[in-house]
Amino acid sequence: MSKRQDQGFEHPTSSEITPKEIYKDRRHFLAAAGVGVAAGAAALAAHHAQATPAGAGQSAPGKLAPLASQKNAALSTTQTPTPYKDITTYNNFYEFGTSKSDPAKNAGSLKTRPWTVVVEGEVHKPRTFSIDDLLKLAPMEERIYRHRCVEGWAMVVPWLGYSFSHLLKAVEPTANAKYVEYITLLDPAEMPGQNDPILQWPYLEGLRMDEAMHPLTLLTFGLYGEVLPNQDGAPMRMVIPWKYGFKGGKSIVKIRLVEKQPVTSWMRAVPQWYGFYSNVNPDVSPQNWSQANERMIGQGGAFGGLFAPRVPTQLFNGYGAQVASLYQGMNLSKFF
Amino acid sequence: MSASSSLPRRLLRLKVLKPLLFTLCLLPFINLFWRGWTNDLGPNPEQTVIWTTGLWALRLLLLTLAITPLRKLTGWAELARLRRMFGLFVFFYAALHFTAWLGLVNGFSVEMALRDISKHPFVLAGMTALALMTPLALTSTNGMIKRLGAKSWQRLHRLVYVVGVVAVFHFWWGKLAKNNTASPTVYALILALLLGLRLWWAWRAEQTRRAQALQNLAAESKRQGNNQGNSNSLA
Repeated sequence: MSKRQDQGFEHPTSSEITPKEIYKDRRHFLAAAGVGVAAGAAALAAHHAQATPAGAGQSAPGKLAPLASQKNAALSTTQTPTPYKDITTYNNFYEFGTSKSDPAKNAGSLKTRPWTVVVEGEVHKPRTFSIDDLLKLAPMEERIYRHRCVEGWAMVVPWLGYSFSHLLKAVEPTANAKYVEYITLLDPAEMPGQNDPILQWPYLEGLRMDEAMHPLTLLTFGLYGEVLPNQDGAPMRMVIPWKYGFKGGKSIVKIRLVEKQPVTSWMRAVPQWYGFYSNVNPDVSPQNWSQANERMIGQGGAFGGLFAPRVPTQLFNGYGAQVASLYQGMNLSKFF
Repeated sequence: MSASSSLPRRLLRLKVLKPLLFTLCLLPFINLFWRGWTNDLGPNPEQTVIWTTGLWALRLLLLTLAITPLRKLTGWAELARLRRMFGLFVFFYAALHFTAWLGLVNGFSVEMALRDISKHPFVLAGMTALALMTPLALTSTNGMIKRLGAKSWQRLHRLVYVVGVVAVFHFWWGKLAKNNTASPTVYALILALLLGLRLWWAWRAEQTRRAQALQNLAAESKRQGNNQGNSNSLA
């Protein structure tokens, strides 16, 4: 989809010269262009709505294999999802390069079949799952979550998956299981970014057991009605909507239940800035920039939405009603 | 053919060179504006604008700092006339970078901006670089050089070395957040080379001055010694 076409402004007739006032009054011009985009977006949205089968969620972009699901409206935001193009071309996935556009360019080398996931550690039933086992483990749901990156931008993503707790219950955690860590594939041939020792590979992230068991914590297999594109963490990733995006490990091959709090990849790399919890919090910014507000990606408007205002960031990314109780009595500035 | 009529020096004296370089320096801005106009700033236009303007401010700053060493190494005196233009472009891109941060990130809220500056040394470093650059931009005219006198003007404009260090530090710290300090390291090495050359030259000039002073002293004492000898023999 070319945004450029939508942005076009209308001349009275193509042969006429644009009236001088429009050139003079730049503000008016930009506003007019903005209206044009909004109208274009509305028209597109209407088109999408028509193309969506009744009862189903987001319409599939038709790029990858479809993945059937039931929409979980109770756990979904009513905000409009970010365009598929932005979700799949603006990624942080250092395994495929450090630039945001690198993963979309380089992730083609990742082979997602066959794929197995080892679940081990403090469990009564350790097991190796094939990706097909995991796709069938629980009913697939569509959940539209807000996504907040630690860098200060945000998206709205229609994910497909099911609560991570389904998998944890299947392996029966022992009484010693206090934390869970999940580990991304280590294969520099398929993940060329791993040749760069910028992080200690493989990428490791983790959660406290109650966080992992929380129904919002999503074991994720798809987005926009289709399986995950490689650059978004195919074939299976984690999504924890009240935490910064980097907590959501991608292309996971191992899940380990442990007694001690894991040292995650980012904690190891820059310990003063990245803590274990990394809950979205507008008032706590151990990193060197403010987390007070965020830039919504893909909103459209003049200059690609450059002049659209940022929106205030919410504590726990707006999921406080569901998750604040997990952190009762904890000093969120200390446990960042 | 005399040294001053060598090809590079004749090129450097061309009338069109300055307008040409002016246009070149403006190209990153024109490109950014065009991409904005055609809705092509990528998924996060704010980030594109802030990163691009900051990066060009830094690149042009290193270029500005390279003029004098280049002039000394090559003997092309004509390079000097380009320095002010590059320096003013550094200020232009730094001011854009600052305005984008203030307007797009903080919605022109001075309160939010101040809170950000007070909490985050990375932001403070960027602000410091801009603040130190401002008097240099304001005193860049011939009139101001005259008014300040060449000596004090030069002393004031040595601030640019501090600007260089603070600006590279700002960049490095920003990238540290993503543990991705490879390119700031390259900028830091270039800056170290440019400032190091100056230190080396200053040290050598000092050595020469001292050697000269010693020589003068020795010559003086010899003359005095001779005089004394003469007077002794006269006694």
